[in-house]
Amino acid sequence: MDIQELVSDIPVEGEYSLEGIDFITSGEQYLTFTLAKEQYAVDILCVEEIRSWEKPTIIPNSPSHVCGVINMRGVIVPIIDLRLKFTIGEAVYTETTVVIVLSIEGNERSKTIGFVVDAVSDVLNAEDTDIKNAPAFGGCVPQHFIAGLVNVGDNVVTLLNVEALKQLEPHSSKVRGEQWIKNT
Amino acid sequence: MSVDLSQFIPNFLAESFEGLELMESSLLNLEQGDDETMNAIFRAAHSIKGGAGTFGFDHVTEFTHLVETLLDEMRNGQRAIKQDDVELLLVSVDCMRMLIEAIRDEGDYDKDKIDETYQLLLVALKGKEPDLLPTTNNSTDKSVTSTDGMTEWNISFIPEHHLVQTGNDPLLLFNALAELGELKVEANCNNLPSILDADPQELYLSWNLTLHSKNASEALIREVFEWVEDECELTITQNKPAECDVESANLEEKLTASQPADSNDTANLDESLTVEKVAENTQQEKQVIKAPTKSTSKTKVDAGSIRVGVDKVDSLINLVGELVITQSMLSELGSDFDLSKVERLTSGLEQLLQNTKELQESVMRIRMLPISFAFNRFPRLIHDLGKKTGKDIELVLKGEQTELDKTVMEQISDPLVHLVRNAVDHGIETAEVRAANGKATKGKIVLDAYHQGGNIVIEIKDDGGGINRDAVYNKAVEKGIVDAGTSLTDNQVFELIFEPGFSTAQEISDISGRGVGMDVVKKNIQALGGRIQIDSTPGEGSTFKVNLPLTLAILDGQLVKVGSETYIVPLITIVESLQTKAELINRVSGDMVLYRLREDNVPIIPIYKLFGIASDADADSLEEALLVVVEADGQKVGLLVDDLLAQQQVVIKSLDENYQQVEGISGATILGDGSVAMILDIPGLIELAMQNANHRLSSKTHSPSAEGAMI
Repeated sequence: MDIQELVSDIPVEGEYSLEGIDFITSGEQYLTFTLAKEQYAVDILCVEEIRSWEKPTIIPNSPSHVCGVINMRGVIVPIIDLRLKFTIGEAVYTETTVVIVLSIEGNERSKTIGFVVDAVSDVLNAEDTDIKNAPAFGGCVPQHFIAGLVNVGDNVVTLLNVEALKQLEPHSSKVRGEQWIKNT
Repeated sequence: MSVDLSQFIPNFLAESFEGLELMESSLLNLEQGDDETMNAIFRAAHSIKGGAGTFGFDHVTEFTHLVETLLDEMRNGQRAIKQDDVELLLVSVDCMRMLIEAIRDEGDYDKDKIDETYQLLLVALKGKEPDLLPTTNNSTDKSVTSTDGMTEWNISFIPEHHLVQTGNDPLLLFNALAELGELKVEANCNNLPSILDADPQELYLSWNLTLHSKNASEALIREVFEWVEDECELTITQNKPAECDVESANLEEKLTASQPADSNDTANLDESLTVEKVAENTQQEKQVIKAPTKSTSKTKVDAGSIRVGVDKVDSLINLVGELVITQSMLSELGSDFDLSKVERLTSGLEQLLQNTKELQESVMRIRMLPISFAFNRFPRLIHDLGKKTGKDIELVLKGEQTELDKTVMEQISDPLVHLVRNAVDHGIETAEVRAANGKATKGKIVLDAYHQGGNIVIEIKDDGGGINRDAVYNKAVEKGIVDAGTSLTDNQVFELIFEPGFSTAQEISDISGRGVGMDVVKKNIQALGGRIQIDSTPGEGSTFKVNLPLTLAILDGQLVKVGSETYIVPLITIVESLQTKAELINRVSGDMVLYRLREDNVPIIPIYKLFGIASDADADSLEEALLVVVEADGQKVGLLVDDLLAQQQVVIKSLDENYQQVEGISGATILGDGSVAMILDIPGLIELAMQNANHRLSSKTHSPSAEGAMI
C-alpha cells in the first residue's frame, strides 16, 4: 500500500461519529454489574476478562461463597460468588450469569480472581468528585468493601473497593469441623 | 573509543563468583609444591583484579592486588605455603566475595572487616619484606628501592597498530599505572599518517611515560602491560631519584634513624595512609558506579540465570526440528483426511507423543545442575567447623555429577548445611573419645548423591558415635512427647529428634543426638515433597538419607475419582491400591475403622467426607470399595475413593498464587480436557483427618447430632 493512501486512511478528528464508544472520555471508568436488583461497579482497569459461567473444580472445605477454581489459559484462578459473599440475592445461574475476572495489584503481589455476578451492564464514567461517601446504615455489604456511591440517573451505583475484594478469608478449622460433623 | 561497559558487568560478576569459588576450594586442597593448583588460584585472583580494573571497581582491584601479591610470592616459591597464610587468603576470599556482592546488590559491605583484612595482608607482605624483591632483580634496582624514596621510571610504550582491535585501550593501562604513583604521559604523534591514509581502527601513537612512585617495581609495571606485552615494544628504565625525592627519602631515613626501635610505627603510618586512599577511592567509586547500574536495574529483578551446556541446547533444537516435521506431516494429513489414512494418523500421533515426551525431558534437563553446586560449600564449612570444634574431620564427596533441578538445589542447600553441621557438632566425637573407642582419630563425613527411581537421594553419613537411643527416648518422655513405658522401634525413636520440642541447645549437649532446628530441616524437605530417614548404629555412626523429587514442576500421579471430582495422588506415596474385603475391616477402640493389610492395621480415610463432597458410593458399605493405601512419615492410611483412573505425569500449578494454601491439597493441575484437578498432599491429609477426629471427639460430648459412626 502506498504511503499516501495510508495517510489518507487516517480519519480527521470528528470525521466519524464513533457510536458506542463515546464513553472513552476523560475521568475514571468503572464496569457496572448487577447483583440481584442492585447496581455495583469496579475499576475497569482491573478487569482482566469477562467469562461465561462454567462449573469450577471444588476446593475442599472452602467457605460456601468460594465456588472453586478454573483454568484460565494455564493459570489457576479461584472463583468467588459475590452474591453469596455479600449475601445479596441467590446463587442462581441464568444465561446472563458471568464471571468478571479481576487482576488486583497489591502491595505484595497481584492476584487474579474471578467473581460471579448476575450480569454486566455498562461502563460508567465518574470523576472523583462524583463519588459520594456511602452512609453507614446497615446493609449486607461490609463497609470496607465500599469505595463510594455514584448517582446514575435515578439509580445509585455502589463502587467496590477492589483491594478489599482481594482479601480472602482463611479456611477456618471451625467451618471444616462443622462440615465434618454435618457429613458424619 | 567508548563502549558501554556496564552491559558486561553481570558477566564479570558471574565469572568473579566462579573464580572465588575456585580459589576457595583450591586453597583448601593446597599442598606444598602443588604448582598447578597454585597457578589456578593465582589466575583466578588475577582475572578478578583485571575485570574489576576494567569496570573501575577500584576497591576490588586494590584489595585483590594485595591478595595477588601474596599469592605471587607463594607461587614463586619466595614464601612457603603456611597454614596461616592460607587462612588469611581464605578470609580474603570472603572479603572479595563481600565486595563483589556489594557491587551486585548495589549495597554496602562490612568496611571494618575489609580494612582489618587489608591490614593483615599488608602485615603479612611486610613481614616478608626482605624476600619481597627476588634475587633475580639486579642490584641497582635493589639499592634504589631500599632508600624507600620516590623512584622515577621511564616507560616507552610503542604499541602495534592493531592494538585496539584486540580490545585493549591504552587509556585503561595508563589509569592503572597512575594508581602506582604520579604519572606523566607524553604522546608521540610523529608516526601519524595523513588523515586520508589513516585507518580509524588502527593506532598510530606511541607514548613516553614517566612514573614517580614510591612502591612501584619493574615487575609491577610490567604486570600492568601484561595483556599487551606481545603487541607492543615496551622498555622500562629506572632513573636516579629526583632531587626532591632524595630529600624526602633522606628525611624519612632520618626519621627511621631517630626511632630505630619503632620501625613498626612507620609501617603502620604507611598502611593507614594507603587505607585512607582506599576509603577515598571507594567513596568516589560509589558515585561513579551508581550512574550506569541504575539504568540496568530494571532488568535486574533477580531473574536468575542458568549456564547451560551447548549439548543440552543442541538436543533441544534437534527435538524441535523433529516436532516441526511431525506437525507438518499431521497437518498435511488433516487437510485431506479420509478413513483410509487412519493408520498414518495413529502413527503420526504416536510420533507426536514421543516428541513431546522427549522435548519435555530435554527442557527439564536445562534446569538441572550437578549437585556439586550445593556440595562445593562443604569443604570450607568442614574446614571452619573443624577448627572451631577442634576436631579433625575428613570430608568425602561422592556423586557430585548427579543432577538436580535448580529450584530444588537452592532450597535444599540450607537443610544440607544444617545436617552437615550437626554431623560435625554432635555426630563426630572428639579425638580423645575416638581414640579411646579404638577408632581412627580423624572423623569422616561422607556426602553422597545418587538417583533412585524418579528421585534423588542425598546421604549425609558420619562415622561418629551414633544416636544414643535411650537418651533421646528419656528426653522425649521428660518433654512429654512420649508416655513413659511406650515401646518404640529404633526408627520411631530417631523420628523424635525431628520434634520441635527437641530443638534447644542444652539438650544437645546432654544427649548425643542432634536436634538444633531439625524440625525446620524436616519441614523444608517436606515442602519440597521429599522425605528424610535416619539410620544409626551406636558407636559406628549415623546416616541421614534425604529423598527428593527430581523436579518441583512435574509429578507422577494416580488419578482417582471421588464423587464428581478428580484428584491426583502422588504416585510416590502410594503403597498399593486394593479392593476391600468385608472380613478385613475392623472397628476398634470406639469406632475407629481399620483395614487389615497383611500385618498392618491401616486407618481408613474417606476423602469425600474429609472434603465434604457428595459421593456416589454407598457411605455405609465398605465392602468392595476401592482403597488407595498411601504412606507418609511412616504412617500408612487408606484413602477411600470411588474409582481409579489413569496414571499420568501432571504439571504442578500453584493454588497459592491466586488463592491460598488449602489443607490436604498441595497444588492443582490441568487435565487433558482443560479442567482443574487438585493434587492431594498426603502428609497434610493425614494431619487433617487427625484434627477432624479430635474435633469430632470433643464436639461429640456437646451435640448429640454428631453421634454415629464415622463411616
